[in-house]
Amino acid sequence: MTYVARRPDWSADAVETRLAVPDMHCAGCISKIERLLPLQPGVHAARVNFSAKTVIVSHAADLAEPDLLRAFDAIGFEAQPLHSAAAHERSQALRKLIRALAVAAFAAMNVMLLSVSVWSGADGSARKLFHWISALIAIPAVAYAGQPFFRSAFKALRAGSTNMDVPISIGVILATSMSLYETIIGGRHAWFDGALMLLTFLLAGRVLDEMMRARAASGAEALVRRTAPGAMRLAEDGASQWVAADALAVGDRVLVAAGERLAADGVIEQGSSRFDLSLLTGESAPVTLRAGDRATAGTLNLDGPVTLRVTAVGEGRAIAEIARLMESAGQAKSRYVRLADKCSRLYAPVVHLLAAITFAAWIIAGASWHQSLLVAIAVLIITCPCALGLAVPVAQVVVCGAMMRAGLLVKDGSALERLAQADQALFDKTGTLTLGRPRAFGVEALDEEERSIARALAMTSRHPLAVALRQALGGEHVGPAVLTDVEDIPGEGVRALWHGQAVAMGKPAPQDLSDQAGASNDPTMAVALELGNGRRHIIHFADALRPDAARALADLCALGLPPAIMSGDREEAVQLLAGQLGVPAEGGMRPANKLARLQALAEAGHKPLMVGDGLNDGPALAAAHVSMAPGSASDVGQQAADIVFLGDSLSGIPKSVRASRATMRIVRQNIGLAIGYNALAVPLAIAGYVTPLIAAVAMSSSSLIVVANSLRLRWAVK
Amino acid sequence: MNGLIFLIPVALLLGLTGLVAFMWSLRNGQFDDPDGAAMRILIEDQDKPAS
Repeated sequence: MTYVARRPDWSADAVETRLAVPDMHCAGCISKIERLLPLQPGVHAARVNFSAKTVIVSHAADLAEPDLLRAFDAIGFEAQPLHSAAAHERSQALRKLIRALAVAAFAAMNVMLLSVSVWSGADGSARKLFHWISALIAIPAVAYAGQPFFRSAFKALRAGSTNMDVPISIGVILATSMSLYETIIGGRHAWFDGALMLLTFLLAGRVLDEMMRARAASGAEALVRRTAPGAMRLAEDGASQWVAADALAVGDRVLVAAGERLAADGVIEQGSSRFDLSLLTGESAPVTLRAGDRATAGTLNLDGPVTLRVTAVGEGRAIAEIARLMESAGQAKSRYVRLADKCSRLYAPVVHLLAAITFAAWIIAGASWHQSLLVAIAVLIITCPCALGLAVPVAQVVVCGAMMRAGLLVKDGSALERLAQADQALFDKTGTLTLGRPRAFGVEALDEEERSIARALAMTSRHPLAVALRQALGGEHVGPAVLTDVEDIPGEGVRALWHGQAVAMGKPAPQDLSDQAGASNDPTMAVALELGNGRRHIIHFADALRPDAARALADLCALGLPPAIMSGDREEAVQLLAGQLGVPAEGGMRPANKLARLQALAEAGHKPLMVGDGLNDGPALAAAHVSMAPGSASDVGQQAADIVFLGDSLSGIPKSVRASRATMRIVRQNIGLAIGYNALAVPLAIAGYVTPLIAAVAMSSSSLIVVANSLRLRWAVK
Repeated sequence: MNGLIFLIPVALLLGLTGLVAFMWSLRNGQFDDPDGAAMRILIEDQDKPAS
């Protein structure tokens, strides 16, 4: 049996893609994906990483991302594309730390064994031997495992500041060199065990901290950029050629096919089509653009091919303006100081001062410089922040693991601290409160034969309504009918023959919609199905509310975060939804308006939580005190958000708020415990009563208490 | 004292073996997916003997 992540011999043209699959939750899912996915066309093999909820798929080079997602869809899983480079870097950093931890722990255990013998009375030449063996183990181990601290401390000192790593480095280096000196002169005490144990506990804290970041990175931070990578450029002689987005110039003519995203801003020269602007404006219904209209990069062409004259590329695009807004908004937030940093900023000078005063006091009291230095080192070691270093990361890692299991990806620890302080919740509408994708209504009226024809028709088109119809019909166990002479008419729909009868799916005529009382008469959100023998059905679509939306908003209210809606969509559409949910709302907001609103709230002393998904929410997400985005959000939305929730349900938002508050409670307790321990141990150390045994016991027990307290958070996500 | 000369290297060697084994398994990705490894033992007929 092999459990190693062994790579089979995949053929040379194979490409590997990492995808996030949040729905995996049991062994059955693993085996289903690994067995069934290779049966899909173009897929060679799949390997599940259950902890990160990702799948590495090896597939033929010509298999594009949408095809891959469709392959997952075919076996019943929803996959989301991931970009793996950043996550890989993170896991390298994590591995380095784990290696350092392993060395430190190994050395600490062995040295401790020898030290215990010394404490229990080994004397004379035996003690000398033990100390020398300890030195042989400890010095290389400290040199290797201490590097993360030494480097960071050196960097801080060179920049003229101190951080928590400075007292750690000084303490470890002083203790090690003092111990070596004691060993050489054959003294009673050596401190190798203390120095190593300190490193072990602190490295454990660092590993946990890094683990949390790496986990988040693998899930959320690095989702692919979904703006078009390039466009089909038309030369003067009519020939067309695919060029990358940054090779486009103002004045170029490009052909945009149906289902393609625009790579540059431009004016439509030829053709007309409906465009999905929701990524940019939050408007959920498609907008028809004709020759002479402006189209912006990042929007999706839905119906037919159009020719575009490029008017802006690169930094000049409307989309780049949003990126700039986002960046400047994000900078303000990055100044947030984490609780652990606040503690360490106070901590470092206090510890140094304490050790220096102790040294001076003992000298003044008439002790030898040797003894005074020993006591000062004891103070440095015993106050060293191993419990403090563990207090925050352990709690955060435990809670992030629990949140991850509930489908909530936290990007960094400060997000939890900020979420615990939030006092207001602002929601985007399209894609956040609603699913952001149309859902079909009225499919039940079709009989089995009609369903199979409808499914076959829907499968021929990439139009969003066709995809929605396919999803609505997919749940039934009806295979698609066999169609012939399929003809796709851009802007109109699909026509085909079924057993010699003409069948079609397309735009409904205006009279079709006016017939139906009560139903929405928006022609862009309905399709007409002609199913032979004069059978006609109109299927309506609507952007449905996310499940649990009303409950989640009520929960947030109860938690002291009154919700409000802030949307770029049309005022009427927003008010309709706001009325249903009973929350205040404002529509028609541009990205800059949302940003201004958040900045005004921040100036008024509020700490708003922003929940949004689109490109248009990017600046607002970056500016808000804390932000969340659904897993279906645009990459910009996910980059800007602090927490990403997977799946359709909104119940993750109140869950996150509760979990973050529980975390802060535990973190405060942990810091209290760590400080309490220091308050007890420091006077003993200053008085010179601390033997290595007492230091070792006190240090490890305080760290273990902090870890045990943090483990209570495993059950905090409810 | 004679016993010590024999036992201490043995203890250190055993510890070192553990450390090397850990480093080896870390490099081979044994810790990449701990949750998945726990699940995989439940899957039948999936893992074939390495050939």
